[in-house]
Amino acid sequence: MTAALALSLPTTLVHLSAVDIAIIVFYFGLVLVIGLYLRRRANTGEDFFMAGREMTAWIAGLSFLSANLGSLELMGWAAAAYQYGILAAHWYWIGAIPAMLFLGIVMMPFYYISKTHSVPGYLKLRFGESSRALSAVSFAMMTVLMSGINMYSMALVLKVVLGWDIHFSIWVSSITVAIYVALGGLRSAIFNEVLQFILIWAGALLIPILGLVETGGWSNLRLQIARNASAEYTHLWSTLGHFKDNPMGIHWTGIVFGLGAIISMGYWTTDFLVVQRVLSAKDLRAAKMAPIIGAGFKMLVPFIVILPGLLGLALLPIKLTGETAAVATGGHSYNEVLPLMLARYCGPGLLGLGITALIAGFMSGMAGNVSAFTTVWTYDIYRALIKKNESDAHYVAMGRWSTIVGVVISIGTAYLVMDFKSIMDYVQALFSFFIAPLFGTVLLGMLWKRATAAGGFWGLFTGTLSSIGMWAWVKVDPSALRYVALSSDARDMAENMYRALWSCIICFLVTILVSLMTKPKNDAELNGLVYGVTAIPHEAVVPFYHRPAFWAVIVAAVFIVLNILFW
Amino acid sequence: MKLHEGGISIWFFIGISLLVNGILILGAGIWELFYPPANPVALFQLHASVWWGGLLLIFGLIYCAKYSPGRGASFASVRREGPTQGRQP
Repeated sequence: MTAALALSLPTTLVHLSAVDIAIIVFYFGLVLVIGLYLRRRANTGEDFFMAGREMTAWIAGLSFLSANLGSLELMGWAAAAYQYGILAAHWYWIGAIPAMLFLGIVMMPFYYISKTHSVPGYLKLRFGESSRALSAVSFAMMTVLMSGINMYSMALVLKVVLGWDIHFSIWVSSITVAIYVALGGLRSAIFNEVLQFILIWAGALLIPILGLVETGGWSNLRLQIARNASAEYTHLWSTLGHFKDNPMGIHWTGIVFGLGAIISMGYWTTDFLVVQRVLSAKDLRAAKMAPIIGAGFKMLVPFIVILPGLLGLALLPIKLTGETAAVATGGHSYNEVLPLMLARYCGPGLLGLGITALIAGFMSGMAGNVSAFTTVWTYDIYRALIKKNESDAHYVAMGRWSTIVGVVISIGTAYLVMDFKSIMDYVQALFSFFIAPLFGTVLLGMLWKRATAAGGFWGLFTGTLSSIGMWAWVKVDPSALRYVALSSDARDMAENMYRALWSCIICFLVTILVSLMTKPKNDAELNGLVYGVTAIPHEAVVPFYHRPAFWAVIVAAVFIVLNILFW
Repeated sequence: MKLHEGGISIWFFIGISLLVNGILILGAGIWELFYPPANPVALFQLHASVWWGGLLLIFGLIYCAKYSPGRGASFASVRREGPTQGRQP
């Protein structure tokens, strides 16, 4: 969403009744009550930053997913489904499920056994201070930037959909998040995320249900989409043989290797925003189960995100366009498909719940960013580089203050974006620069004991640098796209996939090369950090249906069936 | 799961949220039954507000009753028997 969205409509899409306003106000009141209630349970560092490491698998799993389920995620991917068809579901299935299962089964034991507070904290244990510093500084910077940009985008949506003042939306939502995270720390963020997760489903689930009733089921929906757009819009894989054969301009290798193997693996296994939730689990089995529970629900999210976009394609009497065209013609843009479908089916009360779902999505995403920033800032930057030997109470106080400072910086970023509209695109790209190489570094660190501190640092550094370099190359010379994305027919999305793939490969190669030329740590130093020299504790004796591996197999089987069904 | 020993369960808060939303949505739906709007939404005849609001209200009541602070189930017992363990997927 950009500022253009705000200009695209002379009037608001929907008008709220007193019942709708009451539902929204009640939601804000409830999240504050939870934050206030939990302030007594955030006195130690372990409580404030890690939620006391006592979350059950269900709480950690739902929170893990909710932190990712921001409002832009909901509205942006519904828009992508309208624009590109069911191909957008790849970001929920192959672009998430394998990575989440990999995190639960393979990587979680090392994160958990090392008792690290953060992903940069793991890098410190495995590769030393320089890798941690590089990763922590880039992560902290990106987190607050993304938080601010999401905040601005959400305020724009509220302005377009409801006519709310942008400044009012930014300040009210941000102050609410700042209060409940500063008071209750990660525990408050997590518990509110679970509440927000439930509200997102309660508010958004009616659209696909009523939409399928109106179209007469999935088969009729496909026929109507074929009539209104093209039959290609309802195929997940069969159109990916060539860049030109599908609306997204992408090849199956980009989806499988770029998205499935690198970007999603990087995001779901090394982005501390989501990993932090799982680290708060009460024991190893809960930590392994949490991503698997998250994966089970993640597979269902297309039902409330992708399906409304497809229903818009079949049912809306108007043709949605890109934002530039919408501004020029005074029409509606792709980004408005979800609010349009909400307004189509939801009367007083239901509309308030639907808008609450969007606000809840925004707040869960922002709270996730802020709590992750707070932990990385306090433990991996402030304690590691600025003040090393202070008391636990001192670091908790720093955590509370950094929550407020993080929110203030986010608000500043939101205002910055108003003046530099294209910065959103650049920051999205910047964010991806750090994820792919970080995944390469963490994966080699966990699975290859020969990887050395110098190898880890230089692999991460050159991987990040090469990603930025490829992005700049295409900006300066657009014809370079044929090298970076393997085809001049590739579009932005494909470029992101391939850039991630190459930067991760470069990170791998440099890490391996430098490691082979430098002295490795001995096995004793790597205990608890690396596969092969770590004794993974046995899970408690539980029936097979309580074992993470059993449920991982079930989720994987459903994932395969879904891909075949929508082939 | 309880927020802490002897405290209020998160599921209770969720129950309260569903209950209040359910009452408001069901109330609005019943009002519309008697006073239909001039510009009804699509599929108005299905009265989604009534059954969706009713559903939220029922779930809210169940969660409020099951996880009410007055029931006194301990944190440990919820861990053993509550939704977190007993209903592992």
